Amino acid sequence: MDLLDNLALGFSTASTIWNLGFCLIGVLLGTLIGVLPGIGATATIAMLLPLTFQIGDPVSSLIMLAGIYYGAQYGGSTTAILINMPGESSSAVTAIDGYQMARKGRAGAALAIAAIGSFFAGTVSTFLVAIFAPPLTAIALEFGAAEYFSLMIVGLVSAIALAHGSVVKALAMVVLGLLLGLVGTDVISGSPRFTLGIREYADGLNFVAVAVGVFGVAEILRNLENERTREVLMAKVSGLLPTREDFRAMAAPIVRGTAIGSILGILPGGGAILAAFASYTVEKRVSKNPEEFGKGAVAGVAGPESANNAGAQTSFIPMLTLGIPANPVMALMIGAMIIQGIVPGPNVASEQPALFWGIIASMWIGNLMLIVLNLPLIGLWVKLLTVPYYVLFPIIMAFCSIGVYSVNSNVFDLYAVALFGLLGYILTKLRCEPAPLLLGFVLGPLLEENLRRAMILSRGDPTTFITRPLSAALLAIAVAVLVVVLLPSVRKKRDEVFVEEEA
Amino acid sequence: MKKLLASLAVAASFAMATNAAVAQTYPDRTITVVVPFAAGGPTDTVTRLVAEAMSKDLGQQIVVENVGGAGGTLGAGRVASADPDGYTLLLHHIGMATSATLYRKLAYDTLGAFEYVGLVTEVPMTIVARKDLEPTDLKGLVEYAKANKDTVTVANAGIGAASHLCGMLFMSAIQTPLVTVPYKGTGPAMTDLLGGQVDIMCDQTTNTAKQITGGTIKAYAVTTPQRLEALPDLPTTDEAGLPGMQVGIWHGIYAPKGTPAEVTERLSKSLQVALKDSNVVARFAELGTAPSSEADATPAALKAKLESEIARWKPIIEAAGQYAD
Repeated sequence: MDLLDNLALGFSTASTIWNLGFCLIGVLLGTLIGVLPGIGATATIAMLLPLTFQIGDPVSSLIMLAGIYYGAQYGGSTTAILINMPGESSSAVTAIDGYQMARKGRAGAALAIAAIGSFFAGTVSTFLVAIFAPPLTAIALEFGAAEYFSLMIVGLVSAIALAHGSVVKALAMVVLGLLLGLVGTDVISGSPRFTLGIREYADGLNFVAVAVGVFGVAEILRNLENERTREVLMAKVSGLLPTREDFRAMAAPIVRGTAIGSILGILPGGGAILAAFASYTVEKRVSKNPEEFGKGAVAGVAGPESANNAGAQTSFIPMLTLGIPANPVMALMIGAMIIQGIVPGPNVASEQPALFWGIIASMWIGNLMLIVLNLPLIGLWVKLLTVPYYVLFPIIMAFCSIGVYSVNSNVFDLYAVALFGLLGYILTKLRCEPAPLLLGFVLGPLLEENLRRAMILSRGDPTTFITRPLSAALLAIAVAVLVVVLLPSVRKKRDEVFVEEEA
Repeated sequence: MKKLLASLAVAASFAMATNAAVAQTYPDRTITVVVPFAAGGPTDTVTRLVAEAMSKDLGQQIVVENVGGAGGTLGAGRVASADPDGYTLLLHHIGMATSATLYRKLAYDTLGAFEYVGLVTEVPMTIVARKDLEPTDLKGLVEYAKANKDTVTVANAGIGAASHLCGMLFMSAIQTPLVTVPYKGTGPAMTDLLGGQVDIMCDQTTNTAKQITGGTIKAYAVTTPQRLEALPDLPTTDEAGLPGMQVGIWHGIYAPKGTPAEVTERLSKSLQVALKDSNVVARFAELGTAPSSEADATPAALKAKLESEIARWKPIIEAAGQYAD
């Protein structure tokens, strides 16, 4: 068996004391930066690149950098749940129900659910990477501009499901997000749009700045309205571990989330960011109690967290099999490899089997370390909530500012945080939710770019979207989702049918 | 008036004295090299390799800071307004010359805001295509492109990117406008080339060499006077039928205007040492490029290069009529 030999080689490479040590350092650092609001994996890995010169061994360096990446995915959900402060698009979804669970005093359970979901997803997707990397790459390459456009349409249609209030308000937020996403240089013509003449916005608004603003800062402002209620809320923290019912409620969402994340993570053109959103939509649709979503539903944390972690792992596939980065973190990993004298390309697996399989094996080991590390830490994180708010919020603000600045060393990103904090606060007052806005913001540029590229490639023929089979299938899914959303009666009838069958 | 002149004279002599003092002890603390692009990209990698070797020679740490955005003009602008003390440097590529024309409103004066340290490397470009494109050689590709000019697509990594410049040059060399498909960065452009979604691209060997040797894309020519060691079977544009179509992504190190000449000389010496470092030579070779010669790693050579390249690209960009602001 080739696969077993390869995995054996991988595990023997990854489980030397030296490499285990680097893996541990990586996941520890990753957890830490994930927990600190605003500081992301990209900035940290960029800062640590010079260190890889000193480490000397490419396998060890990459094991450590990879550990930081998926460690940060674990840690990122912690701030989303505890203080409604998502550090990246995926944890923005976790914040919706995770933070509500925390407000109900179930922060510990939410954190545990996120950790268990992530571990399951990490384990499954690691084996997917090991077994199916080459065929999955072939599928990813079938995705052209038309397919990405249709995928983004599915994502946007699903965005409506993110809202738990008015559909009209959710639509308005998606559109506002789309418009904000247009700020920056137009990829096709190269001209700057809506930048107000500020060159610092030529590459668009920074996602971290917008997310930290509309979620985190807005939430701080809201909490400061009434200091006392906040303390009361936090005083009743109870039950660190998930209950038996929680386990029952999270099992299926974790499996579904893992499947969704694994598939979307392979797509280099922004598929992974859709994973958490898509999983949330699916969970809300299949749930027997969709009204619980947005009020602390267990499935709303378990599904997206699993999807997010699975996507993070499978996004290694394009890099390992083609030498192409799926996101900025992967670009940094490629940079690290080149510094070590390995230029990643389509032959990495055959030219550097120890590196290739060592990294894959280390992912599973790293995930194991993360769950062992994180479960005992939950008590500590929850204790943080008992810190008086007047002490906590300045600290949060300080870390946010440092974190956001560290992404691009750009002060204009800090102005954006302030502005979007205010906007987020106003939106909260108007009962408009930030999650659909964020999804629109992330998907808008991808939607436009791929639409225009698809039209260029088809020489202006719009039928390209329905004559390409993959694209047509995705659009059909979008229509189906739309029908389900727009016709509540469809859903009601279906429920009745089920009731009758059971009776 | 006399008083003013006198104080100016005193101030000037102080400034000169401190400059001289700076030069004697330089460098006595950490140096920052600004890369005007994201970490992990080809320019960033070149910078880190060279910075590591230069810091050994200078006996001080060199920190690489990525100030990406607006086609490299944000990072260049940052260095243009930094203290001219030799502790803030810029490593930029050919974009330094092309942005002088691509951007009509720059925050700095390209020829007036910098001192020069030297050229670092000139990365060759390769003309590549999806692996199932029919033509087997460059002549065939040119004929094919001319015959199918409405359907042949040329990918690039965005306005001002190396692949954009080389694509423009290719189209002007074959005197046929083709369908240009811009992407946001080399990664997605290369993915679509691998997937056969687009036909042709012209990009740096740092991005293409491994794909060519791996057989995932087809290569037609390299845009250098001589064949490359890393790709010995690949003909040059001269050999393959497009004589004179030569372009390289040259990289240079700059310092803010007013940096003492002693400092830039010292840095230039250190750059020359770094470019002979065995690690730098070996890593550059893997990327399909070679360090600049000792004669090119000098302030004068970089200044001449920048001036000639601004003049070379101005008419090409103006003819294309596409600006980045």
